[in-house]
Amino acid sequence: MSKNKSEYLISRKDNQYEVVIGLEVHAQVTSKSKLFSSSATKFGAEPNTQVSLVDAAFPGMLPVINEFCVKQAIKTGIGLKAKINKRSVFDRKNYFYADLPQGYQISQFKNPIVGEGKVILDMPEGQKEVGIERLHLEQDAGKSIHDLDPENTFVDLNRSGVALMEIVSKPDLRSPEEVSAYIKKLRSIMRYLGTCDGNMQEGSLRADVNVSVRSKGSKDLGTRCEIKNVNSIKFMQMAIDYEANRQVDLIEEGKPIDQETRLFDTKKNETRSMRSKEDAHDYRYFPDPDLLPLEVNDEFIEKLKTDIPELPDDKKKRFIDKFKLSSYEATILVSDIETAKYFEEVIVKMGKNKDIKLAVNWITGELFAILNSKNLEISQSPISAKNLAILINLIKNGTISGKIAKTVFELMMDGDKDPQKIVEEKGLKQQSDPKALETLIDKIINDNREKAIEYKQGKEKLFGFFVGQAMKASGGKANPQLINEILKKKL
Amino acid sequence: MSDITKQSLSSLVKNIKDRKLSSVEITKAFIDRSEKSNELNAYITEDYSSALDKAKKFDQKPNLDLKLPGIPMAVKDLFCTKNIRTTAGSKILGNFIPTYESTVTQNIWNEGAILLGKLNCDEFAMGSSNETSYFGNVQNPINKNLVPGGSSGGSASAVAGQLTPITIGTDTGGSIRQPASFTGTVGLKPTYGSCSRYGIVAFASSLDQAGPMAQNVEDCALLQEVISTYDPKDSTSIDFKRNEYSKELTNNIKGKKIGIPKEYRVDGMPQEIDELWQKGIQYAKDCGAEIVNISLPHTSYALPTYYIVAPAEASSNLARYDGVKYGFRARGDDLIEMYEKTRSEGFGAEVQRRIMIGTYVLSSGYYDAYYLKAQKVRKLIKNDFDEAYKKVDAILTPSTPSSAFKIGEKKDDPVSMYLNDIFTVPVNLAGLPGISIPAGHDDKGYPLGLQIIGKAFDEQNILNIAYSMEEKIAFKNNISDWWIK
Amino acid sequence: MSIDLKTIKHISKLSRISVDEPKAKKLAGDLNSIFKFIEKLNELQTDNIEPLTSIAETTLKLRSDEIKSKNIREQVIKNSPQDNEDYFVVPKVIE
Ligand SMILES: [Mg+2]
Ligand SMILES: [Zn+2]
Repeated sequence: MSKNKSEYLISRKDNQYEVVIGLEVHAQVTSKSKLFSSSATKFGAEPNTQVSLVDAAFPGMLPVINEFCVKQAIKTGIGLKAKINKRSVFDRKNYFYADLPQGYQISQFKNPIVGEGKVILDMPEGQKEVGIERLHLEQDAGKSIHDLDPENTFVDLNRSGVALMEIVSKPDLRSPEEVSAYIKKLRSIMRYLGTCDGNMQEGSLRADVNVSVRSKGSKDLGTRCEIKNVNSIKFMQMAIDYEANRQVDLIEEGKPIDQETRLFDTKKNETRSMRSKEDAHDYRYFPDPDLLPLEVNDEFIEKLKTDIPELPDDKKKRFIDKFKLSSYEATILVSDIETAKYFEEVIVKMGKNKDIKLAVNWITGELFAILNSKNLEISQSPISAKNLAILINLIKNGTISGKIAKTVFELMMDGDKDPQKIVEEKGLKQQSDPKALETLIDKIINDNREKAIEYKQGKEKLFGFFVGQAMKASGGKANPQLINEILKKKL
Repeated sequence: MSDITKQSLSSLVKNIKDRKLSSVEITKAFIDRSEKSNELNAYITEDYSSALDKAKKFDQKPNLDLKLPGIPMAVKDLFCTKNIRTTAGSKILGNFIPTYESTVTQNIWNEGAILLGKLNCDEFAMGSSNETSYFGNVQNPINKNLVPGGSSGGSASAVAGQLTPITIGTDTGGSIRQPASFTGTVGLKPTYGSCSRYGIVAFASSLDQAGPMAQNVEDCALLQEVISTYDPKDSTSIDFKRNEYSKELTNNIKGKKIGIPKEYRVDGMPQEIDELWQKGIQYAKDCGAEIVNISLPHTSYALPTYYIVAPAEASSNLARYDGVKYGFRARGDDLIEMYEKTRSEGFGAEVQRRIMIGTYVLSSGYYDAYYLKAQKVRKLIKNDFDEAYKKVDAILTPSTPSSAFKIGEKKDDPVSMYLNDIFTVPVNLAGLPGISIPAGHDDKGYPLGLQIIGKAFDEQNILNIAYSMEEKIAFKNNISDWWIK
Repeated sequence: MSIDLKTIKHISKLSRISVDEPKAKKLAGDLNSIFKFIEKLNELQTDNIEPLTSIAETTLKLRSDEIKSKNIREQVIKNSPQDNEDYFVVPKVIE
């Protein structure tokens, strides 16, 4: 990668360090029921109401795998352009914790369902490829609640057994910005595929962040620390920044970096060691004897491939080729599948003589602004793609001006009103009758004789004054282009 | 009708179907005898009064098309039974009442049988003498102070002592066949995947199998027919075509090739065991079978392999007993202290020993040397059988290297205790079916068993061989009812 | 090889079973005799042998994504040694 302005380096005296980051993303699989049991996965249920005997690890209860979760993992693998492993094995990761009822987590250790793949990031200075090491399926744990009681910890097992995809990247990321772009891209791909809703507030997407630092230009990897379970992009960036600086300071002081697991304290904005838990960590992975190897054949995989929608990278390419969008515009429009869908619907509804540029501007401008201010997803947009297309066509064919369009747009929000109707009802149609406009302009010139003379004598600035007066007199509805023409002729 | 409890299952079923006996009569008879048999300590939990209620209900509207119409039956306390305490012989589950039923027991109730109670067993099925049960050791009806074998010791004792007409046990390394051999009864360990493990307290998942224990081969076949079903709730349950084992039972085994593995003639094997084996070979010949000498070269590695694989799986399977969701909890000031005390006080010594072994062989730095090595040797052991079965239809061996021993005799020497399973363990490692039938007595008059090992899913064949040999052997169990005062 | 008291302490910690000094000594003795017996496996050369992970020679059956287990909170919590109707309760976790 070429040297660029956004390169993230940490400087101390004469030394420059670069940071090496790898991510283990835990993405909750979108499915109705859990990975190995038939209880529900819905977010926000009353505590322990979505817990089966299997999830609570009752004696003699056994896991039976959910086919849909397997398909979701493979689809995600396809979306990551990764190798799908036709044979994978579930292992037990053994450790004791209050919210881990079995005393082990069923995961995939040696033989994951998905192997190496890649993700392309669109950075301001160009594209960057990030390697994917693997994707495996595993169970989520329950939730321990420490602050409901001074002496006890409360345990809610609703999440226990929910399917997760753990997506492990190669240590290819070099800055908090790249991490942000990576998470967003991953989330975008999974939303396109419908395999993970990517909702970070609800914990559907979390990451363990592996951070190490090294002298700029060095090829060796430094000792890494793993920051566990960070659940927002902002916190990931803050944690990386803190941790990288902490490690650089240790190196500068000649102190060793311990390979350890750390926790990001969001209140103090610092990472801190979890050493108390670390001593006893020896997960004793071994193949789960309650399960058999998971085998899928080519036919199974090929069938899933036919289900894969056009993904962001391909869509972006198509938008650029077909609609002549800039790379920047295309990136914005494809990042969220719903936005891309909305955009394409507007294009279709605009019909033959369409102004794509105008559509892009209205979507990324006015529409995004109101969605932002109202905190709405595009799928909840108060203005339908169809009506926005009509509005844009009204501008394009000269029925209304861009300025009036903004007024119409405001009015459309109330119940997704048809802009055509608004224009008619409120009489907002642009005045494009040259005769009427000439009469109107004659009157203005007459009323402002002195200014007209000044203009003729060379005070060209006054042209704007006459335009303004004409617009005002027409209630803003006059066709500005016509006004210009007539004024030039008459003055 | 007198001596109801002396009758075989098959004759009880016939008597019910012929309306010569009612379910209440039969149930009462077994309850009466069970109540007089407390000294055997075969039961952990009795459920007599609801058994009688169920029997009355059955008699009011008897469905005689069922395979076990109104037949009372006690089962090993490793099977979860809905609303009936299920302990696995452990303090840690001493107060556990499942809200669900194991598939195997459900199959039994679906065929009309009635639960009498839950039978004693080694704690979490870990043992070969039923001395590790939190609820005390079980006496062998053959002789006072003799172990009944284990881990299905309560089951073997209850069948031999006629406290139940038939029962089910579980077999991880010999836990059905060895106690059957020690008590002069018949015990079948089915092919791995034949009987569902759903609702059975797990010991070692890749080895555990439920199976019938009975007075004779025919009864055994009938119960196997009932309990062996494909179960989607168990991912290791196998969907294969199951026979109607009792209907298809035949004593015609002419031309069947029976293998005799030379490696089972182990060092220090008592002469009486070897003699029994030779007699068995003669019986098989008399039945028309052809005897073929075979080799299972990795036999002597089976027990060391088993004592890695089984504890490894157990150490993980038993992690769920942590005092959080159910069962015993000791006081602790914090979570970790609670865990450590709960598990230290809740598990007995043998269970703790095996959890430690299992934890060790899986731990970082030892996995390859022990666990992985054991999995590879397990493959070699399975290959041995695959090779042998190219030449033979079944294999005949002794069931155990000795007759039943005295209570306390091997309690403090784990390795000598483990050696009990030397002939049964390879069968579990290879996932094959094996049946033990009583075949003679030692010089003390204690019963000795022979084991017939089959190909995977070939239960019918070993049942047939056992059935035909049983006829020739004409074994009589010497039960003196010494414990009934 | 021999299993010392330190190893016993370590595995007792991993397995969450408290072990005092006499118990540790007894366990060390037992485990050493058991492992001596297990060492027999070292006689075998197994470099090129595929480990047997599952005895059932078949592959995983897949179940359909349906919610069959409904809310059984009462049933699930019923057996727990300490609960407050909604949650399982354990002594404070010390981080
Ligand atoms: Mg991690
Ligand atoms: Zn994970």
